[in-house]
Amino acid sequence: MARFTSHSKNRPIPRLEPRVAALTVLILAVLTGAAARLYYLQLIKHHEMAELADRNRIRLQRQPALRGLVYDVRHRPLVDTRPSFDAVMVPEDAPDLNATTARLEKLLGQDGVGKKLDEAEDQGRPEFDPVTVDERLQWQQVVALETHQLELPGVSLQVNPRRHYIYGSLAAHLLGYVGEVTVRDLNRLPDYRMGDEIGKFVLERTWEPSLRGASGGQEIEVDAVGRRLRMLREIPERPGNSVVMTIDLDLQRVAEDAIGDRAGALVALDPNTGYILAMASHPTFDPNSFAGGITPAIWRALTTDPKHPLSNRVIQGVYPPGSTFKIVDSIAGLEDHTLTPQTAYECAGGIYFGGREYRCWRKQGHGSISLHRAIVESCDVFFYNVGQHLGIDRLAAWAHALGLGKKSGVELDNERSGVVPSSQWKAQRFGERWYPAETLSAAIGQGYVGATPLQLANMAAAVANGGTLYKPQFVKEIDALDGSAVKQFPPVIQSEVRIDPEVLELVRAGMAGVVNQADGTAHGAKLDNVIVAGKTGTAQVVKEAQGERTKENAIPEQYRDHGWFIAFAPLDHPRIAVACVIEHAGHGGSTAAPVVKAVLQKYFELNPPQGGVPVKNPDANEHYEVDPLAD
Amino acid sequence: MAVLDRRVIYHFDWTVFVLALMLAGVGVLSVFSATWGNSRHGLDPLVVRQLMWVGIGAVLMAAAALFDYRSLSSYAYLFYAVTIGLLAVVAVAGQSTGGSRRWINLGLLKLEPSEIAKLAVVLVMVRYLREEPPRGGWNLRHIIVPGILLAVPAGLVLKQPDLGTALILVLITATLIFVGGLNWRTGAALLLGAMLVAPVGWHYLKPYQRERLVSFLNPQSDPLGSGYHIIQSEIAIGSGGAWGKGLFKGTQARLNFLPEQTTDFIFAVFAEEFGFAGAMFLLGLYAALIVRGTWIARHARDRFGTLLAVGVTGIIFWQVAINVGMASGMLPVVGITLPLVSYGGSSLIAMMAAIGVLISVNTRRYLF
Repeated sequence: MARFTSHSKNRPIPRLEPRVAALTVLILAVLTGAAARLYYLQLIKHHEMAELADRNRIRLQRQPALRGLVYDVRHRPLVDTRPSFDAVMVPEDAPDLNATTARLEKLLGQDGVGKKLDEAEDQGRPEFDPVTVDERLQWQQVVALETHQLELPGVSLQVNPRRHYIYGSLAAHLLGYVGEVTVRDLNRLPDYRMGDEIGKFVLERTWEPSLRGASGGQEIEVDAVGRRLRMLREIPERPGNSVVMTIDLDLQRVAEDAIGDRAGALVALDPNTGYILAMASHPTFDPNSFAGGITPAIWRALTTDPKHPLSNRVIQGVYPPGSTFKIVDSIAGLEDHTLTPQTAYECAGGIYFGGREYRCWRKQGHGSISLHRAIVESCDVFFYNVGQHLGIDRLAAWAHALGLGKKSGVELDNERSGVVPSSQWKAQRFGERWYPAETLSAAIGQGYVGATPLQLANMAAAVANGGTLYKPQFVKEIDALDGSAVKQFPPVIQSEVRIDPEVLELVRAGMAGVVNQADGTAHGAKLDNVIVAGKTGTAQVVKEAQGERTKENAIPEQYRDHGWFIAFAPLDHPRIAVACVIEHAGHGGSTAAPVVKAVLQKYFELNPPQGGVPVKNPDANEHYEVDPLAD
Repeated sequence: MAVLDRRVIYHFDWTVFVLALMLAGVGVLSVFSATWGNSRHGLDPLVVRQLMWVGIGAVLMAAAALFDYRSLSSYAYLFYAVTIGLLAVVAVAGQSTGGSRRWINLGLLKLEPSEIAKLAVVLVMVRYLREEPPRGGWNLRHIIVPGILLAVPAGLVLKQPDLGTALILVLITATLIFVGGLNWRTGAALLLGAMLVAPVGWHYLKPYQRERLVSFLNPQSDPLGSGYHIIQSEIAIGSGGAWGKGLFKGTQARLNFLPEQTTDFIFAVFAEEFGFAGAMFLLGLYAALIVRGTWIARHARDRFGTLLAVGVTGIIFWQVAINVGMASGMLPVVGITLPLVSYGGSSLIAMMAAIGVLISVNTRRYLF
């Protein structure tokens, strides 16, 4: 076109109107672009943006559910949750912060308030967010704050639920404790938040999902600086379910009291169900000291104590079973026909085997002795012979069958399986063959043999019930808030061993003699109204000096023997089986048997024997002769 | 000025006048909403003041409409000189807020000379460019003087620092030079040159201005820092949806998630509460005003009137485009008010006076 020739003279003077028109087009295009952007944001991206806006303004405040209670078998609460008072402060509400802080510190009797406030500021506390300045106030502190409220603007009391173990250390090894969730827990459990309470040990831990419930929450509207303006919505929390245990509070108390200050353990089972009626382990701890954070000093004391108060001796204590193992010898021998009720051995206070003397606990010997008296009087020489005729492997097979050397299956942490030696075991463990002499030690529950109190209680229960090993359980049911059972835990049979009823009858009769015959080793445990069957045991801690039986109180405590007593009662229809060990206290008949007696007495007081009246031993005079000289 | 002609009343451009008042009304409503709940009793002082500015502005707009725009020509350089003086005063003794000196405190009104500078630059450019360009249009040589006339106030404004206003000064100057008759090729070369110079300009930006640019390009890079404004504004607008959350119900504004709600981000306040429908209504008002302004430009009786109308319309257009673009996340955050709507006496009065001039241009075409 001519207009665009290079000669400037030919070019037109630019006219305004088309340029204004061009500008108008540009303007309309830009405005259309803006409209398109708004269309995109407000119509296409609306939901996303609306959600972001809500997320801006809505804070979720969780309301943790109240943790479920723990009851004993009679629905008496053992663990509950109680209000604990914390002092909280909103610094913005205090016109003179320094004065209020000073006053508060004076009333609380501690001077960490200012520091707590500074820490909260450092952590970027939103405006008007309360700061917890002191936790778990004493009653006097609560009263002091309440009465001086007017002098403390911005300070208030906050009630927080805290786990409370009503009877302190009672059944602590079963109940366990709670604590704050750890970072590792948080990674594993999406429902938990920092600061939440979580079961850390045994019952509290195992039944955590039931006890915890579901936390609710409030949706709170906040402004840009985080000030809480109003509540928008509330989701109620669902309280946790309760756990009903199989233990009986009264029986548990008696068991713990009977052990007293000594180190030891006791477990009582229902031989017909495997339910644990009482389980005590001493020394123990107070789970209350864990709730809301344990102090480092208490923790150090618990973990460094040489007596290991945190460990549950019932399942973690592995002791030589001593003479209680003679129950295994008897059943094994009779079943194996290497032993008959009439088989008699001569006890002269010891036997020589492989060039070494193996002694009976009774220096003067038992003379010619057969099974019944051997159990009653716990003759070692008799059972050396029984063991020798059986051989270690058949003995081991029967020990296994009766639940030794393997975990009972109880739902408790860190149960130990104990040891039942056999030739194969020894080959694997030491790469050595089994020496026949070792069978002698094994036969009286010494040497390599090791068992937990729970295993021996389970064995006593199996003898009592005819050969059934139940899984020991300590939770009977889970109850909802209204008391209805959500879940029940029926008895679980772990294994059954076929034992000739006649064999069992002989063993039971022997055990009854231990308690009821005057020459029985636990004659002191005899009850008036119930026939108790039992077996004492004394576990050597150190190998005795050859041929020496020293007086117990002449040797240092840590080298003294552990005393065992296992029992069940009543003899004919057993309802309770017990095992008890008292550490470094001498032989079982005088140490553990009285503890078991106290528990049995209490048990039959709480659950009177059929008929409700004391039953005299029907055949006591015929079979269980009372020797006035014995005991 | 001569005696008021009856024809001035007869041909008064009510369209522009009413559109301006409607926009000012939207502004008062938005300021009212943005400050809702701030004071416990009665109206927030901001609303009262804004109403007062609208009153003063309306009177000034009417007065300017009745004034013969041609006589502005003779005051152009004086007005320009006074404005430069005011900007210099700001630079020396201005009141600073948030790190920038922008205001001269006059007691009742905190005068913001940069708002006046927009009018002064339009007026001085129009005065200078009213001469017809030579054949083929202006080339680089012809625009040296306009360049200097722009550089002085723009430099002073940039020093405050007020990047937004400086940008507006550049844009309206460019608009006027283009419409006035710039050679196409010179225009293209200038545009290309500006694009090449832009990276160099980066070095002269203040750190916070660079931050704004970076966070505009990637708002999530610092969501609680510089990117915050863009994100919160987009959320406010987007969450308004089709019909909005309703007056006083915009949570983004009411709960203070939105920054600068009465000034730079007032569009987001309005769009949150009145939704896409409201935003389109507001944009429609602007479009009507701007299109009417360009119509006036095309129908003006003289070149001076045309350029004056383009200048005034240009101020409105560029500010709307940049402000809405910024609020909706299309442009980086630069402090530019939404004309007639944002809170602020200086900008509102200056803008209404300028619209009065626009009306005057339309009215006068019947008179000579």
